[in-house]
Amino acid sequence: MRRLGVILWRYWSTSLQAELEYRSNFLVQAFGSSLALAGSIFALTLFYRGGGFPGWTFEEGLVVQGLYSAFSGAIACVLSPNLSRIVQHVEAGTLDFVLLKPVDAQVTLSLRVISPWGLPDLVFGLAVIAWGAARAPARDGSVSLALLAVLFGALIIYGLWFVVATTSVWFTKIYNATEVLRGLLDAGRFPMAAYPAAYRFAFTFVMPVAFMTTVPAELLLGRGQPTMLLGSALIALVLLVASRAFWRFALKSYTGASG
Amino acid sequence: MAEAGAPIIEAIGLTKTFKVAQKPPGFAASVRHFFKRTYKEIPAVTDVSFTIRPGEMVGFLGANGAGKTTTLKMLTGLLHPTAGRCVVDGREPFARTRDFLSAITLVMGNKQQLLWDLPARDTLRLNAAIYGISDADYKSRVDELSGMLELTDKLDQPVRKLSLGERMKAELLASLLHGPKVLFLDEPTLGLDVNAQVAVRAFLRRYNERTGATILMTSHYMADITALCSRVLVIHEGKLVHDGELAALLRRFGTRRELRVELSHAVDDAKLRTLGEVLSHEGNVARLAVEPAALVAVVGRALAELPVVDLTVHDPPIEEVVGRVIGKSQRALPNVVGAEQGA
Repeated sequence: MRRLGVILWRYWSTSLQAELEYRSNFLVQAFGSSLALAGSIFALTLFYRGGGFPGWTFEEGLVVQGLYSAFSGAIACVLSPNLSRIVQHVEAGTLDFVLLKPVDAQVTLSLRVISPWGLPDLVFGLAVIAWGAARAPARDGSVSLALLAVLFGALIIYGLWFVVATTSVWFTKIYNATEVLRGLLDAGRFPMAAYPAAYRFAFTFVMPVAFMTTVPAELLLGRGQPTMLLGSALIALVLLVASRAFWRFALKSYTGASG
Repeated sequence: MAEAGAPIIEAIGLTKTFKVAQKPPGFAASVRHFFKRTYKEIPAVTDVSFTIRPGEMVGFLGANGAGKTTTLKMLTGLLHPTAGRCVVDGREPFARTRDFLSAITLVMGNKQQLLWDLPARDTLRLNAAIYGISDADYKSRVDELSGMLELTDKLDQPVRKLSLGERMKAELLASLLHGPKVLFLDEPTLGLDVNAQVAVRAFLRRYNERTGATILMTSHYMADITALCSRVLVIHEGKLVHDGELAALLRRFGTRRELRVELSHAVDDAKLRTLGEVLSHEGNVARLAVEPAALVAVVGRALAELPVVDLTVHDPPIEEVVGRVIGKSQRALPNVVGAEQGA
C-alpha cells in the first residue's frame, strides 16, 4: 500500500510538472477552465428561472446541480485525461511499457496522470452542494450515507468509462465513444424527476446516471431510502468486476502497434 | 528461479497467428468491408524452438516482418502465444508476475518510455518507485550506470533537449535501473550515428561482463551483431532457419570473399563480369564476389588487366550472408536448425 502511495505521488507530480513545462498552454487551459466555470454558473441561473422540478425545491435541485459540477470536475481531473490516453497508448504502441512494469496495468492506466483543470468545477460544485443543502427543507439526511453514494456513483462511472476505453484495444478510433458517454452523463445535471418515465428507467438501469447525482442528493437531503445505496453498491461492484474481466480479456487479443 | 546451467530462456514450438482483416481496393469494396469483414489468418511466428543459457549474448536476425519482434513480445509476456510455450527465468511470461517483470527488460529502439518534457532523472525516480528500489540502491545504480554510459551531466536536462544518441543511452539507463537478469533489445541502435552505435555496443558488452546478464537482441546494423553476439538465430517468414555460432553461419554461407577495386578510369561491366559476380559498380569503384579458391588468380588478373588504383579484399557483409541463408531456406533448406546447434 505504501509502495502504491509512492508510485501515485511520482505519477501525479511528474504529470503536473509536465503540465507546467509549457507556460502558454498553462495560461490557455486556465482561461478555458474559468470559462467553463462561468458556464456552470450561467446554467444555474437558467435553472432558477425555470422554477425547479416536481417534488424538488430549488435548493434541493441545487444539490443535484452541485453534485453534477463536482463530478464533472473530478472526471476532468482524473478520469478523462487517463482513459483518453489508453487510445493513444494503443495507437503509439506505448501500452507495451505500461504492461512491462510490475504495477497493475489497470491502476496505471486509470491513475497515471492528474490534471488540475477540473479543480475549479470541483470546488464550485462542493460550494453549491453546501449552500443548497444548508437551505433545503430540514429532514434527517445523512452525510456519511451520501458520501458512500458518491463513492459508488464514482465507481459506476469509472467502470463504464473503463470498459468503453478498453475497447480501443480492438477499435483504435474509440475517442468518439467516450465523448458520447460524456454527453449522456450530462443527464445527471437534473434530478431524475425532471425526465419522462422511460428516460428515468434508462438513466437508472441502462446508463446509471441516476446513481451519480440523484441518489447521493436524496440521501443527503433525507429524501431517499438507504436501500438505494444497496442498489448503487451492487451496480458499482458488478461494473468494477466486469471492467477488470473485460480488460484481461482484451489483453489476450492485444497485438501491439507494430505487430 | 533458473538453476545454474539450466536455460534461462526456453521457447518450445512458439507460434503466433494474427487475424488480419482483408480489404480489396476501391470504394465498393470499402462499403462491403464495412458491413462484412473477411479475415485471413497470417502466421507471424511458426513453431520456433530454442534455448538460451544464462549470460549468453544472442543475435536475432531476419528481414522486416520476419517475426523477430513478435517473438520478443511473446518472450516478454506482451503477446499471448497462439500455440507452444516459452519459459523465461523459470516463469511463464504472459502471467506477467511481479517477479518476472522485475527480472527482465525490453528496450525498443523505436519507442521510448522516458517522460518527454522532463529531465531523465524524473523517469528514473518514477521507475525506482515502480520497482521498489531503495534510495541507497537507486543512487549507487544511477551513479554506476550513468558513469558507464557517460551520461552523468545529461540527466537534469529535459529529455526533448537531448540528442538521439543521448536519449537512447538514457532509455537504456531507465530500462536497466532495476538490474534485470534478461535483456531483450529490439533495434537498440536504430537511427543512431556511428559514434553513438559504438558507445551503445561498448556499454552492452561491459554490462554483460559485469552483471552476467543474458541478452537477446535484434538489429539491422550487422556490426552490432558481429561485435556482440557469438551466436545468432535467423528467422525467416516466421520460421527459425539457423541457430548456431555466428562463425559457423559465415563459414557455411559466407564462403565468397569480396574484392573491392578502385580504377583510374571507367571500364565496361562485361569486362568485370569475367572476374566474378559484380555486386556493385558505380563510377570507378566496383565490388566483386569471388570464390576463395579463385581469389589469388582473380587478383592477379585484375592487377594485370584493369587500370587498378586500389584493391582490397574483405569478408562478405553479413547482410549478404543472411540473405543467402534466407534464399536457401526458400529453396527448401535442409534442416539447418540443430545441425549447427552446440557447434
